Amino acid sequence: MPDTGRNPQDVANSAADRGIPFMTTQIDKIVGQVSSIILGKERQIRLAFACLLARGHLLIEDIPGVGKTMLAHALAASLGLGFQRIQFTSDLLPADILGVSIYNREGRGFQFHPGPIFNQVVLADEVNRATPKAQSALLEAMEEHQVTTEGETRRLPQPFFVIATQNPSNQVGTFPLPESQLDRFLMRIELGYPDTEAERALLQGQDRRDLLEQLSPCLDVKTLIELQVRARRIYTSSALLDYVQELVNYTRRAADYVNGLSPRAALALLHAARAWALMDGREHVVPEDVQAVLPGVVGHRLVPAGQLTRANGVDIAEHLIKQVAIP
Amino acid sequence: MTAPTISLHNTVWLTAALALIAAPHAERLPAWVMVLAATLALWRIYLGRARLELPRRPLLMVVVAGATAAVFLYYRTIFGRDAGVALLIVMLALKLLETRSQRDALLLIFLGYFLIITNFLYSQTIAAALYMLGCVWIITATMIGCNHTQLQQGYRNQLRTAGLMLAQSAPLMLVLFLFFPRTAGPLWGLPHDAHAGVSGLSDSMSPGNIANLSLSDAVAFRVEFKSAIPESRRMYWRGPVMWDLHGPTWNVGRYYFDEPKYQGLSAPVEYTVTLEPHNKPWLFALDLPGQVPPRAKMSGDLQLLATAPVNSRTRYEMKSYLEARFGADENPLALDRALRLPPASNPRTVEFARGLRQKHPDDKALIREVLAMFRNEKFYYTLSPPLLGEHAVDDFLFQTRSGFCEIYASSFAVLMRAAGIPARIVTGYQGGEFNPLGGYIIVRQADAHAWTEVWLPGEGWVRVDPTAAVSPLRIQSGIAAAVPRTDPLPLFARGAYPWLRQLRFTWDSLANNWNQWVLGYNPERQRWVLSRVGIDEATWHALAVVLIVATGLIMLALLPLMLRTLKARVNDPVKRAYLRFCSKLGRKGLPREPAEGPSAYAARLSRLRPELAPKVSAITRLYVALRYGAGGSTAALRELEQQVRQFSA
Repeated sequence: MPDTGRNPQDVANSAADRGIPFMTTQIDKIVGQVSSIILGKERQIRLAFACLLARGHLLIEDIPGVGKTMLAHALAASLGLGFQRIQFTSDLLPADILGVSIYNREGRGFQFHPGPIFNQVVLADEVNRATPKAQSALLEAMEEHQVTTEGETRRLPQPFFVIATQNPSNQVGTFPLPESQLDRFLMRIELGYPDTEAERALLQGQDRRDLLEQLSPCLDVKTLIELQVRARRIYTSSALLDYVQELVNYTRRAADYVNGLSPRAALALLHAARAWALMDGREHVVPEDVQAVLPGVVGHRLVPAGQLTRANGVDIAEHLIKQVAIP
Repeated sequence: MTAPTISLHNTVWLTAALALIAAPHAERLPAWVMVLAATLALWRIYLGRARLELPRRPLLMVVVAGATAAVFLYYRTIFGRDAGVALLIVMLALKLLETRSQRDALLLIFLGYFLIITNFLYSQTIAAALYMLGCVWIITATMIGCNHTQLQQGYRNQLRTAGLMLAQSAPLMLVLFLFFPRTAGPLWGLPHDAHAGVSGLSDSMSPGNIANLSLSDAVAFRVEFKSAIPESRRMYWRGPVMWDLHGPTWNVGRYYFDEPKYQGLSAPVEYTVTLEPHNKPWLFALDLPGQVPPRAKMSGDLQLLATAPVNSRTRYEMKSYLEARFGADENPLALDRALRLPPASNPRTVEFARGLRQKHPDDKALIREVLAMFRNEKFYYTLSPPLLGEHAVDDFLFQTRSGFCEIYASSFAVLMRAAGIPARIVTGYQGGEFNPLGGYIIVRQADAHAWTEVWLPGEGWVRVDPTAAVSPLRIQSGIAAAVPRTDPLPLFARGAYPWLRQLRFTWDSLANNWNQWVLGYNPERQRWVLSRVGIDEATWHALAVVLIVATGLIMLALLPLMLRTLKARVNDPVKRAYLRFCSKLGRKGLPREPAEGPSAYAARLSRLRPELAPKVSAITRLYVALRYGAGGSTAALRELEQQVRQFSA
């Protein structure tokens, strides 16, 4: 993986725009705060944050107990956003997510009681334990940023960020998300076990829940939306677009994958790379940004085939990065 | 990192290229070989399309063993030309079936180039060479496709690049062809089965032999005359001479090598013969051959015999006397042999000949009488005569009375021998066709002919052609004019359509040049070419110098072209400057990985060579800003170019 540490020179270079260093400082602060709760996972935290800045949704896939829920909590708390958690179970109904209309006795007819989806950060916990019906209710809301029930369309709050967690699909009792729905998530990340040092710190330190309550928001909603707008405007040169296209073309042409990346995936890659560049304090995207977000963006979209399947342990994204030269 | 896998696109290309290369072998190899190979190839494509696993090794081993056994059982060997090619094709198809990685594909491509060469073991015509050139083009395009796994390569791009490569290598090929030292013979022997199925005259003659040969329009030899071309009726190309009659069949019998004594009565005709391989020792020359070509000898009856069968196209200078007197003092043993007849055969002919002898004590008068009989009575000249029985000459003379030149020659010789005049049969070719485009004579198998020679005291051996008596047209205008129109003659031997004739001449002229200058490019020709460039001594030394100089000149000529394409590929000055920076570091053992971003590269360099860090990061910062940032300035570009120029690792 390329070095993702921020180059101070780059910051100085873009000093003309006073907004960017300020924003970067804010982002660093949040990442630092969340990192103090989820130890040794700064990379994943940055990816999660990039996902938020790119206005995408995040899927965290890992075994229970590695801090998936904690990460979602910490992110929401640090951002000062409204947070709601939905525990997905096999008897969950779409109404449990979207809300229901209940008759109001005072005579005003039916009144809509919004469901937990009407929050800025929604944690859909163990999303693959619910039936496809409930899953699709969530995923449609994610895609449209609005909810339509009983003929009425209601917009979801801004910003709107869904963090879904799921257990690896080989675990018992799951309804794995189909590929078409996986595509709705901008990124999928895995947390993995902490390293020895981080784990020791975790064991020695305070209870995580207490720490979570002590967190104070360090970014207001206005700034966050500003950052999201800013991320959209990060410049991508034609040389960089060439690189993105070559990456995508390789997945379509090589025999290593069942299907190539879709144009939506290419867009996702570009948006994520823009957010990453912003977090790095740059006004333009460089190939390293693309490489940094690539594992998160393509990991759940590419199904390995041919030689790659048998070669266990070869990371799909790393393989892709190595195969495609930077033009 | 795993080896790069080969994509379906490239697999299909590879299979198609190999199929094209192997296609000409289809008519030479047994059908089962081609069917097996095609099945294996299609199986591979199917597995590739369906994204299925390729067969495992044990299964392949079984197929390999089975195929080898089948080839062995069919040919009784696995060596030699046919069996070798069959085995190669089956193994190629099997290799295709286990081709997973790029490395396998490249191996197959090189084997494909080899398979192209095997086609020349069978055919070396212009058409074959053009076809193989096309194959080289396609397989080179395939190789380009396999090597560029990362680039989006359309088939047009691949073909264009391959064509460009071939065009660029053509001058080098020409230089190597012209100036690489040549040996007199082939560098290695062809497999023993390489010359099967070549037609031509043989050492025996039965009724029907030459008529069969007349159905072939294959070229026997081509002749360039140094002086005026003799009339068609005087062109008797002498070949095997038959002495011994057994049943209906004449044989050459034993050669005898008495010094032939002859006396030229006219100025000699000088010419050069380019003889097609016919797998027999005879070299053909106009009657009467006045000199012996190198690596050949002349028998007592004026047959020119090469020391080895003519297996490759052979070119020799000749001199002949069209008017000559020879064999006046012939060996009595030979004369005795020229009188022998098999006992109790052709009794009616023998009786008829005795009657003639009593009527004409003079040899010449007797010969005239027989020829007059052929001319005036109802004898027919045809390619498809009725069948003859045990006493072929009797049947012919007294019943069927229609036949081709060999039966006329045969009957005449039997009549002469029975009448006590020594006679023998000479086979060869008569006439030939003048190609006005190339200025040479083409003699085809269809021109094959047989005539007789009789020995007259005081005059020696005299040619008598009974065919000329029965069908003067044959001798004056060639075979097409002489036989009935209904007789099956090859298209090329017919002269009916002028445009066809013109086309035929053009094509044959091309083929002749190809034979003379490409296939027949031998040390003599090479010496001639060298003398044209001012080198008289064609030593290996001189050739090496010429080779080096010519190659160098070609490289120099191609250099601007290559530089231009290199430049054109990187027409972005920013990228060019950065690549220059990278190549400077690359030379110091710090190359940039293709997939390594500039900042990542700079970080790695700073770790490995901390003293370079300030310069490296300055250049990288400029490059990244120019290439990926918005609105780079010319000043920044100049700055980058200057820093790269000054940079040294």
